[in-house]
Parts: sequence; C-alpha cells; structure tokens
Amino acid sequence: MAGLKYLLFLGCVIPYRIASYETSSRKVLERLGVELVEMPEFNCCGLPIDGVNHDAMLMLAARNLCLAEQQNLNILTLCPGCAGTLRKVNRSLQEDKRLKERVNGYLKEIGMEFKGGKIAVRHLIQALVEDVGLEKIKDAVVKPLTGLKVAEHNGCHVLRPAKYIGFDDPENPVMLKRLIEATGAECLDYMYETDCCGAPIIGVNDKIPLYLAGDKLHNVKAVDAQALITVCPFCHMMFDINQPRIERLLSETFGIPVLHYPQLLGLAMGFTPKEMALEELRVDATKILNTN
Amino acid sequence: MSEKKLATETKPKREIKMRDLDPKFKKELSKVQGIENIKLCFQCGTCTADCPIARFSDIYSPRKIMRMTQLGMKDRLLSSESLWLCAACFTCVDHCPQGVDIASVVRALRNMAVKEGIIPDVFRELTDNILKTGYAYKIPELRLKKRVEKGLPPLPEANVEDLSKLFDVIAVSKVSKMEKK
Repeated sequence: MAGLKYLLFLGCVIPYRIASYETSSRKVLERLGVELVEMPEFNCCGLPIDGVNHDAMLMLAARNLCLAEQQNLNILTLCPGCAGTLRKVNRSLQEDKRLKERVNGYLKEIGMEFKGGKIAVRHLIQALVEDVGLEKIKDAVVKPLTGLKVAEHNGCHVLRPAKYIGFDDPENPVMLKRLIEATGAECLDYMYETDCCGAPIIGVNDKIPLYLAGDKLHNVKAVDAQALITVCPFCHMMFDINQPRIERLLSETFGIPVLHYPQLLGLAMGFTPKEMALEELRVDATKILNTN
Repeated sequence: MSEKKLATETKPKREIKMRDLDPKFKKELSKVQGIENIKLCFQCGTCTADCPIARFSDIYSPRKIMRMTQLGMKDRLLSSESLWLCAACFTCVDHCPQGVDIASVVRALRNMAVKEGIIPDVFRELTDNILKTGYAYKIPELRLKKRVEKGLPPLPEANVEDLSKLFDVIAVSKVSKMEKK
C-alpha cells in the first residue's frame, strides 16, 4: 500500500461553501497514508456549462486531464460531479479518435494535447474502497461508532451513467454502506434511497429540489436514522444548508445532522469533532456524539 | 429565468399544428454524437416514471421531450422552461430499454436553445464566472483568507488567458456577454 498519491481536484462548490468536506477529507486521507498533490492550475471540470455548450465542457475537462497527464498522477476528486465528468471525458476521448482530434484541435490553441491512457480519475469513495481498501480503513478505526444508526445518500455521479462510471451497482449501491459499516456505525435502508437530491436545478427552479430533498429527509427520519451521510458537496448543501428552508416549506421538523463521510470516518479514527470541522455544519451534529 | 421567452407552468396547453412541425429536426439533432438513435424511443415512459424531478413537477417529462423531438416541435421545445429542469442524475440513461441517452438529448436541446439566445440567467452567470475566474462560483476574498486561517492550502489559480482563448475558439465567450433577460 506504499505510496498512494493523487492530484487533488477540489472543484468549485467545496471552496465556495463546503470547506468542512475538504478539511475532514485531507486529515483522514493523510492518516491513511494518502499523499495529495495540489493542482498546479485550476479550472472548473466543465459540468455546470455542459448545457450551455457541450464542447466547452469537453475542453474544460480535457484541460484538467492534460494537467494530470503532465504530472503523471491520477486525479482524486471529492465532488462526484467533477469525478463523473472527468472520468467520462477521459474515457470518451480515449475510445473515440475523432472526438479526441476535435478536442485536441481546441487545446492546440493553448499548447496542450490530451494523450490518453495515462491517468485515471477517482472519486473519494472509489479510492477508499479500491485503492486504500476496506481492511486498512477498519484497522484505522480506534473509536468504533457502535450503536450509531445512519443513512446514506450516494450522489448520482458517483454511480451514473453506469456505462461510463463502472463503479458499484447504481440500482443497489453498497460501497458507501460498507465504508460506513467500517466505522462501526449501522447503515439503514430507506425509501427512494438512490434518488437525486435535485440540487443541480436550484437557480432555475427552487421548489422542486426543496420538495425532492424534503421527501428524502422525511424518509430518512421515518427509519429513525440519527444522521445522513453524503459524499457530494452539492447534495450536502441541499440537505444541510437548505434543511431549515425545507422544514419551513414542508412544515415538518427534521433536525437530521448531515455529515460528510470523511467526518464520520474521522470521528471513528479518533479525530476530535473540531478537527473534523463538525461545528461548520448548519444542522447541529454534536448530538450524535453522545450515543457512544 | 427569463419571463418573456420561457413558457411557464400556468400557460394553457396548445394543440399541435402540422405546419409548426419541423420534420428535419430529429435528423439535425441525431447528428450530435451519442444521440444518433433518437428514433428508437418508443414512448414506453420508463424515463419519466423513474425521473426524480418528474415526481415533483407537473411540467417536466423526459418522455414528452423525446416525443416532441421526434415530431420536430423545435420552437416549443427550445423555448420551454422544462428543458432546464433536468438535474442530470442519469437515471433515465441507465433505465432506457432502447439505450437512448435521454439526458444527452436534453443537453443537446439546451445547447441549441443557447445558440438561439435562450439561456436562464444562472447558466449565463456560471459561464461568465468560469471564463473570468476558472471557478463556477465567485469565491469571496474573505473565504480565501479563512482557508489559510484554517490551515488549508491556498486555492490553485486559473489560467485566465488560456480559458479566454479556449472560449473564443468555440464562441462561448459571447454567452457571458449575452444580455440579462
């Protein structure tokens, strides 16, 4: 397991609003012996403007892949949107010669060229499961969260579209559950577990995502989960920052703490709640600490 | 969201008139890579049945978007608010029994709408932010300072010159200059 090293692609949402995800991820990965190298330059993965211009998305993604190729490092992302996009483009450009030619035609303007086949793209949970390994994670747990019952929300782009992502089973995802169980906590099933949180259309229509996320919170509450665990900054924003807004809209009280998976793992690894930036969460998460 | 150009949920349904249909539309769209098989959609409705957004929206229906595409209802499609309600969760893509990449059809329709000058404000802002800062959101100075206080490394900066060149090649730069509706 010596020498796991990645180029960290932070994305836009995390530095914009969700620093607690970054803080907890960095600490946990360091303890697990994973080295993170910062991106030499950054631009958005392209996903947010795929609807504006598909080729713009392709070249933004490709430019980041080129930077990783230059460093000869695999990319690690914390955001499923970035992971899905970079992974999909990395694969499409390798498989489709004509597409690669078109994109390289654009990149020529800035003196770059996508070679292909040199690097891979990993989302955090894929790296934890496939590269670090569940056994090593279990070994790092010193304060098991026995007795804690949580639910999980995967984030669509960790899993879909299946033909490009090829990780876990989108219809019955289990990897995040295994990771949660490695901390000693129990992971409960709930209705509409694999549904999207709706966040991407906030700004076009706010009501639909709020109702959608509210429905999910309602179903999480129905199984008496003490917390919801996410691995996506967008989903987290939807369930945590927007939770009071959803409560007002639905006239229903949830009070469900929403933790980033690395926060949960970090607590089990013996980090303090402060080190895991638990106080940065909108919904008070300290109440889950008393259960064990 | 533009009030002028985009149809709202309250607008009454209009009948379909043959003269408004563009029979070449589906051919034009099927030139886009990855969605060459639009005509394979046989309207089973799996996409809409499994769509999380459709569960909470009266107007968003991927099945309907597919049918309107096949019929060539170009104008109505491109000016419809529902075009911008897909959250790109890709459930329909994974579930379509005919292997149609429905999310990419929606994306291609959005790209067409933008070329005709129809774009929700939020997407114009995202494009503008990426072009000017590399990041999709404007990250306030205070937050950059806070990062350092927390012991996080400084954020990598964008190569704005490169981005500007790339955006010019495919004429996306002009999207950010589009007039706010």
